[in-house]
Amino acid sequence: MFKYFPHTEEDLQEMLSACGVSSVHDLFADVPEAVRFRRDYQLPEALSESDLRLFFEQLTHPLNAQLLICFAGAGCYDHYAPSVVENLIQRSEFLTSYTPYQAEISQGTLHYIFEYQSMIAELTGMEISNASMYDGATATAEAAMMAWSNAKKATRVLVSETVDPKVRRVVETYAHFHGFPIQLVPAENGVTSRAALDKELSEGGVAGVILQQPNYFGIVEDFTGIADSVHEQKGILVINANPSDLAILKTPGEWGADVAVGEGQSLGIPMTFGGPGVGFMACTEKLIRKMPGRIVGQTLDSRGQRAFVLTLQAREQHIRRQKATSNICSNQSLMALYVTIYLSLMGKEGLREAAEMSYAGAHSLCDKLLATGQFRLTFPGQPFFNEFCVDYDGDLDALLSEAVECGYLAGVKVGEKTLMLAVTEQRTPEEIDELVEILKRHKEAEV
Amino acid sequence: MNRTLYGNLIFELSKKGRKGYSLPQDYDRSHTTAELPAALRRGEAARLPECDELTVVRHYTNLSHNNFGVNDGFYPLGSCTMKYNPIINEEIAAMEAFTGLHPLQPAETCQGALEVYYNLQQSLAELAGLSEFTLNPCAGAHGELTGLMVIRAYHESHAPGNSPMGDELGRNLTAPAGALRGGRTKVLIPDSAHGTNPASAAVCGLEVVEVKSLPDGTVDVDHLRQLLDEMGDQVAAMMMTNPNTLGIFEPRVLEITEMVHKAGGLMYYDGANLNALLGECRPGDMGFDVMHINLHKTFSTPHGGGGPGSGPVGVRKGLEQFLPYPRIVKPNTSGEGGEMLRIVYAPAHEQSEILPLTGERGEGLSVGSFFGNFGVMLKAYAYILSLGREHVKQVGPLATLNANYMKERLRDDYLLPIEGLCKHEVVFDGLVDKSTGVTTMDVSKRLLDYGYHAPTIYFPLLFHESLMIEPTENESKETLDAFIDVMHRIADEAKTDPELVKTAPHNTPIGRVDDVLAAKHPITTYWKSLEE
Repeated sequence: MFKYFPHTEEDLQEMLSACGVSSVHDLFADVPEAVRFRRDYQLPEALSESDLRLFFEQLTHPLNAQLLICFAGAGCYDHYAPSVVENLIQRSEFLTSYTPYQAEISQGTLHYIFEYQSMIAELTGMEISNASMYDGATATAEAAMMAWSNAKKATRVLVSETVDPKVRRVVETYAHFHGFPIQLVPAENGVTSRAALDKELSEGGVAGVILQQPNYFGIVEDFTGIADSVHEQKGILVINANPSDLAILKTPGEWGADVAVGEGQSLGIPMTFGGPGVGFMACTEKLIRKMPGRIVGQTLDSRGQRAFVLTLQAREQHIRRQKATSNICSNQSLMALYVTIYLSLMGKEGLREAAEMSYAGAHSLCDKLLATGQFRLTFPGQPFFNEFCVDYDGDLDALLSEAVECGYLAGVKVGEKTLMLAVTEQRTPEEIDELVEILKRHKEAEV
Repeated sequence: MNRTLYGNLIFELSKKGRKGYSLPQDYDRSHTTAELPAALRRGEAARLPECDELTVVRHYTNLSHNNFGVNDGFYPLGSCTMKYNPIINEEIAAMEAFTGLHPLQPAETCQGALEVYYNLQQSLAELAGLSEFTLNPCAGAHGELTGLMVIRAYHESHAPGNSPMGDELGRNLTAPAGALRGGRTKVLIPDSAHGTNPASAAVCGLEVVEVKSLPDGTVDVDHLRQLLDEMGDQVAAMMMTNPNTLGIFEPRVLEITEMVHKAGGLMYYDGANLNALLGECRPGDMGFDVMHINLHKTFSTPHGGGGPGSGPVGVRKGLEQFLPYPRIVKPNTSGEGGEMLRIVYAPAHEQSEILPLTGERGEGLSVGSFFGNFGVMLKAYAYILSLGREHVKQVGPLATLNANYMKERLRDDYLLPIEGLCKHEVVFDGLVDKSTGVTTMDVSKRLLDYGYHAPTIYFPLLFHESLMIEPTENESKETLDAFIDVMHRIADEAKTDPELVKTAPHNTPIGRVDDVLAAKHPITTYWKSLEE
């Protein structure tokens, strides 16, 4: 017997006899002999719970999993989350339930998704949000497909070079197989080249334009006028935004975007080596029936009470099959709950305060790095939020290794000479000073 | 405790000035966001709730009481494999040494995490009888899409006059939309398939051709042969679920895979029903070339109310090169550091673990920013290690025994449309006695009153009153017997008091919801509800 299998010998006999067979293997009599698996799997023997724990403790020994003081971002951020968040997430009624098809016994999930949708709509300045998506990259790819399917006579979707290359690669992969071309709009001094974008738009045939805010390099771009030019073309504007910065920054809605997408990991979700996070997608009311993914709506029950339910399912694959808006039939529900509880606690003021601290920390770090004389801004004069790029003339790899030796993840190398650093409200003034000191010392030693 | 639905929305509990967080105050304030040009800042502060901590804790705790999870009771939801989600796996996935890892930290500082990914990948390959897996896809449907992309990439690389994909991806702007260089654009899908199969095919730019089922629910091999004769050279792949969505093993699977291979197509295995086969047979041995596995089904990770899941994709030998990036690889070199696992972001960057600044195209497929839902992988790997080789092989037989037991015990009251053995799940076509007008929907709603989750209903589409029950290997005979008794009782109620069943549920926090109202007049945010 095994702890997850309750069948005693007596149970087995009674059940087998009810089925009219003498062994469980007889239940596979319909499987052709040629494909029956007759050996043991080449897997380790079962581990007891304490051995399992030991096994993972060894894997997480600092030699195998080093927790570094994190100045890296590039799409994954080390933000603070109140301990309440993780505690409530672990409630098994949330954790072990299925997609809320049975509304009568799933109001918990449906209710928080409705709150989540309301919060995402508010943060992004859009009218509608879906119930969440896999991650920011696939949400962006889905938005590109929305743009393509929405267009009548388009020839391509434009993507700015300042969009995270990891996201671009996913968009390009989806577009390639779905069957539409992606055209890159080049960057100039770290921002989308307006001249290049205008030229593309003037040529016509643009189904959509995808931009990022703050962009991959941390720069806050000025999108004034872009929405109008895109709409003149009957195209749609997609803005991939970092939601934690939207406490401060102009929203995709205010920029005139038709679709807002992005990665919600920065809203209370641990980094966990890149996943699970949560993708979000919000759009204008006009596009609601083109939107992929689950949507929760408000309605009434048979007793006249307010109730929530999965709605507009006629867009979805289990009804529409190949004519569905997307193949997506799940969401990252539990991760959406992280976001919802996080935003409930941080609220109007807390999100703004955390963003303010991140901004202040990044600018303080930047000032101090520039003051060493060993770094210079990669994109001088561009406003940035909590992430920025600096160029370094020495051996960047050696510099990063030295920082790791001291317990710091000094950023992400995004070019031969270019280091990108992110600061969140979790980084203390002492950590910022120490990082600067380590980097400075390294250069001096190198010289 | 407030167990009634009538919880407020968190926005309705908000009061100006309350806060539910505390942040340090001693930081360098020499810069503030007021420095940013006004044109870059939002006009109005976001209307997020303002609540104290206890209010938030009570609100979400109360909401949880209006939910039903596997830990609350039996969840016979067909095709969803609602297993027990072991608690120890949650403990492991919550270890700070994992949750605190940044995905772009140097490989030498996160070997433990890379080992989890690599070893899980290898374990799945052994269990599936395939060569290599990517764990990057985030869900089953995401896995299907990824698998179909792999198949198309394979065909592209084999199309005459094409260089292997890798430098070609998406570059040719002049190519008309949809004109992929592979030539093969059709995918064969049985009419009994999960809805995601055709939907994933469509997203991948493939044209769906339906293969008919025989009256017993299995693939009509003659129809398949006819289709292959007509269009075999255009077929990219056939997608199959085995056991199929009726819970029946496809007896002619070897013949089917051989026919499709002969026509030059690949076989895709939809792993949604893999649980039935653990210990008894492997998709790779049946001739499948590409498949996905739902870790949230077969490998016990929690469904989380709809996600996060994980949908690893495996391929047979010879197709590994088409799997998406990033990948975690074990170098073949021996000697110092030779055992170190590495992260490879793109074919052109084998030597570098640094992301390219430019994100040039032509770098292979990618279906997500990082390595997929790593936290979910940890739980699945812990599950496999807990079961070990001796218990993994009991999974399929015990799940299958539970389903067959259910079938035999319920067939007096519920119409069994197909005789013979089932695998991990059984499909009934509603009540035997249809004269009462009580439908499958009514039965499923009445089950809620008795403290059970409903089975999957109205799927597969082959029957009008489908009611699909999947009792996993974790369920005891007592649990099954109690459920069977209730099913019989409902069948009696349908005869003696049909109105009671038709108006169910009666004991749930809310009654049946008005779906039509929700769809006709969508209110999907609190802000919209205020306008009403």
